[in-house]
Order: sequence, then structure tokens, then C-alpha cells
Amino acid sequence: MEQLDKLEKTITGHKIPIGQWSKAIIEWMTDNFEWLFDAISSVMKSGIDGTANGLLLVPPLVLLVMVAAVAHLLQRNWKITLFVFLGLLFILNLGLWKEMVQTLVLVLYATLASLMIGIPIGILAARRKTVWHAIAPVLDMMQTLPTFVYLVPMLALFGLGVVPGLFATVIFAVPAPIRLTYLGISQVPVALVEAGESFGSTRSQLLFRVKLPAALPTIMAGITQCIMLSLSMVVIAALVGAGGLGAPTVRALATGNIPLGTEAGLAIVILAIALDRLMKQRQVKK
Amino acid sequence: MSSALTAVRFDHVDVVFGQRAQEAVGLLDQGAGRDSILDKTDCLVAVHDASVFVNEGEILVLMGLSGSGKSSLLRCINGLNRVTRGKVLVHDGNSQVDVATCDPETLRRLRRNRISMVFQQFGLMPWLTVRDNIGFGLDIRGVGKAERDRIVDEKIKLVRLDKFADKFSHELSGGMQQRVGLARAFATEADILLMDEPFSALDPLIREHLQDELIELQQKLKKTIVFVSHDLDEALKIGTRIAIMEAGRVVQFGVPEEIILNPVNDYVRQFVASMNPLTVLKGGTLMRPVADLAREPGGNTIQLDRAGKCRCQLDNRGRPMNLIVNGKPGELVPYSTELNLSKLPDHVMICGTERTPMRAAVTVRSQTKRPLVLVGDDGELLGVVGEHEIYRGMLRQSEYARVDGAGPM
Repeated sequence: MEQLDKLEKTITGHKIPIGQWSKAIIEWMTDNFEWLFDAISSVMKSGIDGTANGLLLVPPLVLLVMVAAVAHLLQRNWKITLFVFLGLLFILNLGLWKEMVQTLVLVLYATLASLMIGIPIGILAARRKTVWHAIAPVLDMMQTLPTFVYLVPMLALFGLGVVPGLFATVIFAVPAPIRLTYLGISQVPVALVEAGESFGSTRSQLLFRVKLPAALPTIMAGITQCIMLSLSMVVIAALVGAGGLGAPTVRALATGNIPLGTEAGLAIVILAIALDRLMKQRQVKK
Repeated sequence: MSSALTAVRFDHVDVVFGQRAQEAVGLLDQGAGRDSILDKTDCLVAVHDASVFVNEGEILVLMGLSGSGKSSLLRCINGLNRVTRGKVLVHDGNSQVDVATCDPETLRRLRRNRISMVFQQFGLMPWLTVRDNIGFGLDIRGVGKAERDRIVDEKIKLVRLDKFADKFSHELSGGMQQRVGLARAFATEADILLMDEPFSALDPLIREHLQDELIELQQKLKKTIVFVSHDLDEALKIGTRIAIMEAGRVVQFGVPEEIILNPVNDYVRQFVASMNPLTVLKGGTLMRPVADLAREPGGNTIQLDRAGKCRCQLDNRGRPMNLIVNGKPGELVPYSTELNLSKLPDHVMICGTERTPMRAAVTVRSQTKRPLVLVGDDGELLGVVGEHEIYRGMLRQSEYARVDGAGPM
């Protein structure tokens, strides 16, 4: 018994300083590359804020009609168009228009960044199984690691504001396009790949003329998922000062403001449904 | 036959799938079987020591049960399968390219210009219209839009799908989809066409129909075709030459009649037992040759039927003359599907050639009650096909056919 206690003391007494290490790494990065992170931060901040401010210059009712028109062009379905129109009208009525636009812009940038990173990685993973085996556990970790854990170092590197929110969102959302691009390309029927090869395709022709078009429905599902995951991060992004619909939600939580919480939450849900319907693959009519 | 150019020649080809293929080849040389090699090296011997060829403008059918290696052998020609050992020589311009060892650039050039392929499951791109699918190979080769449109328009008419140009493949029936596959293969103007069980996924009526279409197109286009099939009737119908494969080996390679008449082993015999003789056996194989026909004592009058109601004499070049049918001077009329056989006057006999199918002989016999007379290129009498010969054909006891008179294809 005594020996067991001793052993336990030895183990607890020699704590592996993993927390200290991560702190040291972040400190080293801020010390040496602060200029770089500051530059990234300010460029991204001005881009995102600029876009949001630009959109806010447009009178809400005009923007609303424009969004509904885009919805109609994409889906050619009056039910979806009507839902988008009424939903946004409702958000305007709740007085959350500015926050909605900020959230929309954040989601847009996060999705674009995720796709730009995710689709090439997905393609690479489908080509080389070793790449897939290497990144699969990383993707699992990115989606299971509590967001707050990496929000803290993000704050240290980029300071308060929309940029750490964007990074956190991308980390959370990027596994979706990676996974679904990989899945889509891996599932391209062998017959199609062989047909492509048998007519003398080069590797890039095979990718762009056969594999990517064949995988497109799955990749599109990945894009939709990516948007939804980005949207689910708005509240957490608001904690580090990203603004948008998350901000009133956080405020409502802090002050126990039930009406505000209900309204902001409802607005997020409406935005989510509208974006999902907007991105849905149009059914090919037979 | 020997003067024709060989378009594709397989020279002692082995195809082994698996990591330790070279080791497996060594075991093959020591006489190990497929199963023991699979146990020892985890490698699958798909093809072993295959040596067959196809001449330009001919159709070679690779035939066998599933798993016999026929597809694996076919796919060596355009490099979809790698050859483990041996050569696959493809005629290209004035030289021969060994696909087994050529560099990727040469292989790509062959695939773009010399060899095209039709797949069992069609392999059409679902996001492209019929028109764009047909132009796929041209697009890959980098042919400009105007030129591509011109060629596609031509090929789409060839397979009679011009009304469906802007449909997607899932909007078409299986038979139509495979016609798109055919047009896509024709579009690159490649001389060598690989067809991997192209009609197996279709129902029997459509299959027959497409076989006929292929034969018709082939008469116009004169491609070199390597065709994989598990159906002997199909093989006999379209093949100039047939290679029968069993467990990775070519067990018999020859023209259709050789295969039917002299199956080398029980495996081939089983295939032959289930074929339809009516379309496969030809007059020359069935006939009772002129030397075996009964002659009247002392005279040079030959009996053309058993009862002796049809008789003739031969001139100095062996041509029939003084034909007597049912006691009247007879007349020989060449066989044609347009003749109304049942309404013929009873002094007429129908004549055909060595190539006239058994089906015609049966029709002639049953409708005119007289045998089919076979004559050669100069009108010389070769033999007759009567009731007896038809029965023998049905029973495949064609003892007469084994005489050299069977005639080459």
C-alpha cells in the first residue's frame, strides 16, 4: 500500500508540463511574429467589416428583395423564395438586420476559407491514402476539441474581434468539405474513371473532367454542411467579439434577458433554414 | 489470311494481380497452379501464357466464363491492366508498340488516337448530354469545338440517336445508352475497338438487335475489334476468330467452325453443346460432298437426293448440267431470303454456297422438299445439304465436315 502511494506521488509530483509548453509556443509566436499576426488580423478585419458595412449601406428592403431574387434564380421554387423573403422580413422586423448581415458576412468568409483549404486537401487525400490516414484523426480532433480551448490562443494571437472568431469557425467547419470531397472523389465509379483513362486523359483531365464533376453532388453537400457548421459557431465567435447575431444571444445569457434571447435565437434559426434551402441541390427533372 | 496486317498480337502474356507478382510468375514457371499461388503469394493469376492475335478489320472474340481472364486480357491492350510478363504488340503506323513496356506518353497517344473502348456498364458521364458524351474522347484530345460538333453530328446519326442529342444518359434506355457508348468509341476514329461484354447488361432482344447493328456498322467501318463475351452464340455470330479462355489460359484459338467441330476439351465442348447450330453452321460444313453422292451404275449421272428424283451430270469443269427434277428438266435458282419457297414450281432446285447458313438449308428442305445444292465460285458442284445432313448437323456428328472440304472462313 505504502509503495503504491509512493508511486502515485512520484507520478503526480512529476507533472508533464504540457500546458506550459503550449503557453511557451504561443508566447514565442506572439513575441516573434506579432507583426505577422497583426497584419493578418487587420487585413482580414478590414475585409470582413468592409463587406458588412458595404451591404449595410444598401437599404434593407432593397437587399431583401435582391436576396430573394438570388434565391429564386438558384432554386426556381416559389416556396423557397417566399420563405427567404418572409424570413428576412421577420428579422428586419425584430430589429436584428445589422447583426444578421454581420453574421452572414462572417459565415460567407468562413465558408470560402474552408472551401479553399478543404477541397484541395480532400482531393489530395483521395489521391494518396497515406494523406487520408494522416489527417483523419486530426479532423476528428478539430471537431471534438472544445472550441474554447483553441479560442484562448486565438485571442492571444489576434486579439479581440472578428478575426479569432473567423479562425475558430474555420477550424470547426473545414473538416466537412475535406471529408466530403474525399468521400465524393473516392466514390466515383471505377467505370467512369476507366472510361476517362481509356480515352487518354492526363491526370489533371481525369480530375477536372471526370472525378470532380462526378463528385460534385457530394462536394455540394459538404459545402452546405460547412455553411451550417459555420453558422452554429456564431454564438461562440461572438464571445471573442465577432459581433453579429451571436452578440445579442451572449448578452441575453449574461443578463437573463429572455425576450432578446428568444428573438436572436429565432433569427439564427431562420437564417440557417434559409441558407440550407438556398444551397440545396436542385432536383434534376426527369 | 496471312497477308493481312496483324493489328494486335499477344505474345505469351501473363497478368498477375497483387504485390508479389514477380514471385508469382516464378511459381507459374515451376508449374504451380492458380490456387496454390494465391495461397502462397496472395496474388491472383488472371491470365497465363496467352498468345493470340487479331488482323486488321477482323473481330477477335475472347470468350469464357467469368473469372477466366478474358476481360483482364482485353484490358491489357489499352493499359487499363498492366502486363506482368510478355508482350502486347499494337500496330501503330509503320511500327509496332509494345503496350506492356511503352512509356506513359506513348500509351496516352495510343489511347487518344488508336484504341477506343466500349464498357459493359456503359461508363457514360451522367452530367454530360448524349452529344457531350460522344464528344468526350475528342474533348480530351483537345479537338476544337467546331470540328468536334461536326464529328459528333456524324456519329450520332450513325447510331440513330440524333433526336436524343440533348438528353442525359439516365433519360435513355440501356440499349440507347450503349449506342452512345459505341458512338463515343467511334468518334475518335480509332481503328482498334475494345468491347468488354458491351451487350451483357442488356435484355436478350435488345442484345440481338445491337449485335446486328454492330455487324452492319462493321461492314461499313472495317474496325479491328476485340470483343469479350461469355456467350458462344454471340461469339460465333460476330467473331472472325475466337479465343476460348479457361482459368486464365487460352485453351482454343481458331475460326468459329474449328471450335464447333473440334472442341479441344470438355470445357469448350460444354459451350458448344449449348450453342444454336442454325446460325453458326454453314453449308460447307454440313454438306455431303460431291464425291460421296450416289452415281447411277455405269453412267456419270449423279443423284442429288436419296430417292433419285433429282439428278444431274457434270460438265468438264464440274458444273452441273442436264438437271432432271421430278422427271422434268430442272432449273437452279440462287438462294435469297426474298424467294417465296413454298410457291416454287416443282422443277426448281435452290442453290447456295459454302457460306449459306444452316437455317437456310433447313428452310429450303422443309419448304421445297428438295435438298439445297451447293456450288462454288465458278458454278462447280460442291455437294448437297439434304435432310440427312441437317440431322447430322443438329447432332453435331458432322463427319463430312471434317474432310478438308469444310472450307476456311
